Amino acid sequence: MIRALLLAISATCSAAALADLAYISNEKDNTLSVLDLDTFEVTATIEVGARPRGIVFNRDYSKLYICASDSDSVQILDVKSGQVIADLPSGEDPEQFALHPNDRHLYIANEDDAVVTVVDTREKSVIAQIDVGVEPEGMAVSPDGRWVVNTSETTNMLHWIDASNHQLIDNTLVGQRPRHVEFSKDGSLLWASSEIGGTVAVIRTDQRKIIQQIDFKIAGVHRDKIQPVGIKLSDDGRYAFVALGPANHVAVVNAQTYAVEKYLLVGRRVWHLGFSADQSLLLTSNGVSGDVSIIDTNKLKVLKTVRVGRYPWGIAVKPL
Amino acid sequence: MNLATASYCFLGIFKRELHRFLQQRARFASALVRPLLWLLVFAAGFRAALGIAIIPPYETYITYEVYITPGLVGIILLFNSMQSSLSMVYDREMGSMKVLLTSPMPRSYLLLCKILSTSLVSLLQVYTFLLIAALFDIVMPASGYFWLLPAVLLASLMLCSLGLLLSILIKQLENFAGVMNFVVFPMFFLSSALYPLWRMRESSEFIYLVCLYNPFTHAVELIRFALYASLNLPALGVTAAVTAVLLFAAISAYQPRNRPQRGKPPS
Repeated sequence: MIRALLLAISATCSAAALADLAYISNEKDNTLSVLDLDTFEVTATIEVGARPRGIVFNRDYSKLYICASDSDSVQILDVKSGQVIADLPSGEDPEQFALHPNDRHLYIANEDDAVVTVVDTREKSVIAQIDVGVEPEGMAVSPDGRWVVNTSETTNMLHWIDASNHQLIDNTLVGQRPRHVEFSKDGSLLWASSEIGGTVAVIRTDQRKIIQQIDFKIAGVHRDKIQPVGIKLSDDGRYAFVALGPANHVAVVNAQTYAVEKYLLVGRRVWHLGFSADQSLLLTSNGVSGDVSIIDTNKLKVLKTVRVGRYPWGIAVKPL
Repeated sequence: MNLATASYCFLGIFKRELHRFLQQRARFASALVRPLLWLLVFAAGFRAALGIAIIPPYETYITYEVYITPGLVGIILLFNSMQSSLSMVYDREMGSMKVLLTSPMPRSYLLLCKILSTSLVSLLQVYTFLLIAALFDIVMPASGYFWLLPAVLLASLMLCSLGLLLSILIKQLENFAGVMNFVVFPMFFLSSALYPLWRMRESSEFIYLVCLYNPFTHAVELIRFALYASLNLPALGVTAAVTAVLLFAAISAYQPRNRPQRGKPPS
């Protein structure tokens, strides 16, 4: 009897371990929800620092970096034990960050200080602070590791930082209140969302010039409610998915023609997005409704919406 | 009554019902136009009205069009059952009802055949409506279209039984407008067809209770869950029980001793 029970528990544990796991930061609960992407169920909730927002895994998925904004630190979560094992110096009010492909340098946007802080995760020390525009928010590092791009919400600019010397090289003026930037897989294009402008700009990395601006229009939804924030680009170059904030929809954009092909209804105030490992699923964090919608990226259909904590914000997925 | 006779009798009544339906193309068109107008015009204005709560059987947020589709299936059944009730009154006035009821088959069986035939004709309209809805991207899970069939049949049997009972009470064709005002519209509007019950409760506890006790609500919910390959047991129970009661009452009312004698001189 006991043996059978142990076998059953072991089988359950193996099944759980065989699934992609999505980590979702809950801004108002000071927790992370762990979502099993096979069963679409929350399997664990982990207590972390105050107001967790941006989250990102290191290269081997052993550590999860967490922007604990109101704790003024970046925390390191040991994924195996589910424990916060260290705090990194981060500067004040860290909101979003990006990890360099060297798996060592973390670029952190400090919203209140108008700087980008560069932290060496190995030495746990700040190695540079770069002045940028007012209210820095979005961060991205190009796949080749050459460029670090930061958005500043009030200055309405993208700031191009040379990753080799941490010097600000150039600025690109974009729509009002840029919130998020995402490089294409080959690094040739950069997509930037403008929350108040209600647009997404596509920028050529080599020229740092806008080549396309994408507008959104949803029947029955007022234009003011269309506030693009999170962006995810599929590796096959087919789609760009754009979270439209209080419009409660995700736009599916053809990444070749830049035409919006579909709008998918998700939860309230959809903020950020995350792919499963094979990109067959896209997750959306719906802040106001406190849930995560799961989209089938092949059928372009919302499969399920799962309740997580209060005000889910960032999403990071750990593969099998 | 053996099986062959029973089948022969049923096929006869069904063919007549189908023939009548196919002959009246305007009736077929209006049966489809009505729910399609609701779906494509009325629902378009309320597109953003929902999407704020997830209620079973839905697993995610849905548009208003998706929400009202089961209710519109319900209204197809409701109108068809009332149309059938109207045709009973017409048959009675024209004398063809007398021919039918003087058949050697049991009267209860004849009436059952009549409402089953109407239900099967309704089924055709329901699937045609859903096919058109699919062209406008209102698509249900594939298995839902299969499980819809028994749910629609049961809901239709309930509404046709109601229609049969009403046909006893309607003395003349002219009175049919009263049925629309006092039966069809209240049943439809005071149900979960257009708005979820929790929304009704937000506006008025009384209206919520009326909606909750309206059998049409349960028929719509049975259809809604079936469209997502789920079973709503309470809805099934209520619909089946109300069907049994209405059917029994209608068949009893049609028995010769109970039938109101019109135009009989006072003794």
